[in-house]
Amino acid sequence: MSLAGTPLSPQRRRFLQDSARAAGGCIVAGSLLAYLARDARALPAEALRPPGALPEQDFLSACIRCGLCVRDCPYDTLKLAELGVDAVATGTPYFTARDIPCEMCDDIPCVAACPTGALDPGLDDIDDAKMGVAVLVDQENCLNFLGLRCDVCYRVCPVIDEAITLELSHNTRSGHHAIFAPTVHADRCTGCGMCEKSCVLPEAAIKVLPARLARGSSAEHYLKGWEEKEAKGGPIVEGLIDLPDRLPGPGTDNLVAPGGFAPGYDLPGVGQ
Amino acid sequence: MSARVQIPVGQEAQAAKGWIGAHRFLLLRRLSQTFFLVLFLLGPWFGLWVVQGTLAGSLTLGVLPLTDPLILLQGMVAGHWPEVTALVGGLIVLIAYAMIGGRVYCAWVCPINPVTDAAHWLHRRLNLPKGWQPKRSTRLWVLSMVLIVSALTGVIAWELINPITMLHRGLVFGMGSVWAMIAGIFVFDLFVARHGWCGHVCPVGAFYGLVGSKSLLRVSAANRSACDDCMDCYAVCPENQVISPALKGKPGSSPVILSPDCTNCGRCIDVCAVDVFTYTHRFDDSLVAPSDPVAAPEKRAARPI
Repeated sequence: MSLAGTPLSPQRRRFLQDSARAAGGCIVAGSLLAYLARDARALPAEALRPPGALPEQDFLSACIRCGLCVRDCPYDTLKLAELGVDAVATGTPYFTARDIPCEMCDDIPCVAACPTGALDPGLDDIDDAKMGVAVLVDQENCLNFLGLRCDVCYRVCPVIDEAITLELSHNTRSGHHAIFAPTVHADRCTGCGMCEKSCVLPEAAIKVLPARLARGSSAEHYLKGWEEKEAKGGPIVEGLIDLPDRLPGPGTDNLVAPGGFAPGYDLPGVGQ
Repeated sequence: MSARVQIPVGQEAQAAKGWIGAHRFLLLRRLSQTFFLVLFLLGPWFGLWVVQGTLAGSLTLGVLPLTDPLILLQGMVAGHWPEVTALVGGLIVLIAYAMIGGRVYCAWVCPINPVTDAAHWLHRRLNLPKGWQPKRSTRLWVLSMVLIVSALTGVIAWELINPITMLHRGLVFGMGSVWAMIAGIFVFDLFVARHGWCGHVCPVGAFYGLVGSKSLLRVSAANRSACDDCMDCYAVCPENQVISPALKGKPGSSPVILSPDCTNCGRCIDVCAVDVFTYTHRFDDSLVAPSDPVAAPEKRAARPI
């Protein structure tokens, strides 16, 4: 039977046709909208969300783009992304550390201003904020790594000696100086961006990156033996015999060099 | 064909009531739109922080939270349950518009309305064809599409392209390329589809229409017996499908415009030389008795709209 025959009910046919048309149009328009939505989730690496911001995917379902956090930011750190200007989802708040970093107000006014909870009201200590993680991205240009005492990133860090420490090592170039390497400890770094802002180089050698770029992760089944041992207060496995370590020196079978084994090419039978 | 057919829309009303009288609610509406915009601009421009935020969400005098309920709804279907402040703000807005008419938002607050009104004014001046006229129910489809896309992507979807909040945020925070989008809507309404954006597409209007479908404030064609079929109300009305059931209803039918599509803009009241229309509440279906039933107004040929 032909589908194009005389309709049993013209009204029903009309209704079905109209509905199919509207639904078809909506599927096309909706796909475009969904494409835009997918696009919006890609936050550029240099754009940092305000303190307490939910993970990006949740943030975009929670932020109504009202700008109240921007209004209550006393340092004009936060701004709303403008259409066609910023690559951040239009109307959502962000900041660029190199322009104006987060000053880490004690009362966290931006979080208090957020009406929807896109900035988590559970954040009551700004030192717990995780806006990103500072990474010393360029050791070749960092003045401290060159052996100088710039130290600016370390000095400006609001969580000084915890989020950034200076780790000493021998300067092999000069032979008798130390290198004070600025070292970030990610569990204490809030991602405020003071270090990036203050880096004296034309392009900062230390940058705040989103955690997804800045960090690796430890596999769940990895245990640190020395921590386990300390937690237990004794050997992890009972009944192991602890044999004496073989130390270099006279009276042992390792006579070549203190602190090392004989290189393979010196052994008899291995020709050079 | 009577010579009166060629009279420009609203001219008779102007002759009868004066220019101010024939533009009363239009002027009030522009005043209201300006008022709500200036409230938001006082802070950033003059440092007077009466209202902070945008139409999406705001805080008045530091105590009154207001939130756009459609944005909240999208957020909820996208998987985020908002904090109490936003919920209270959304509820206040919902109750207010459920009382005074949902689409009062469209006519009296929305910053896109002057843009599409201007497009329609030029459209009439240039005598352009109606163009693409999708069904009025299209916007309901768009509304459901927006909610579905929000649910599927987990993103407040309409805020990616919503010209209302974009224009408002642009004015309050910084424009970016929003001008191009506004120009796009103007051109769409002018050349592609008459009353296209607000009348057929915008899901925000559709949502507020649903919110205010049982609202109290309504326009009534109480004096419909005086109608002389000049068709001026049809020409100015942005949703002119709402007029006929009230104005041309069978004897005994209610003269109140009950369609949720009506934006309560009041242009029909302005433009009617014989004062057929008036604001009233939805239960007031009283009719003005014809003062002199014998001298009925002279009927005339309809103006092409």
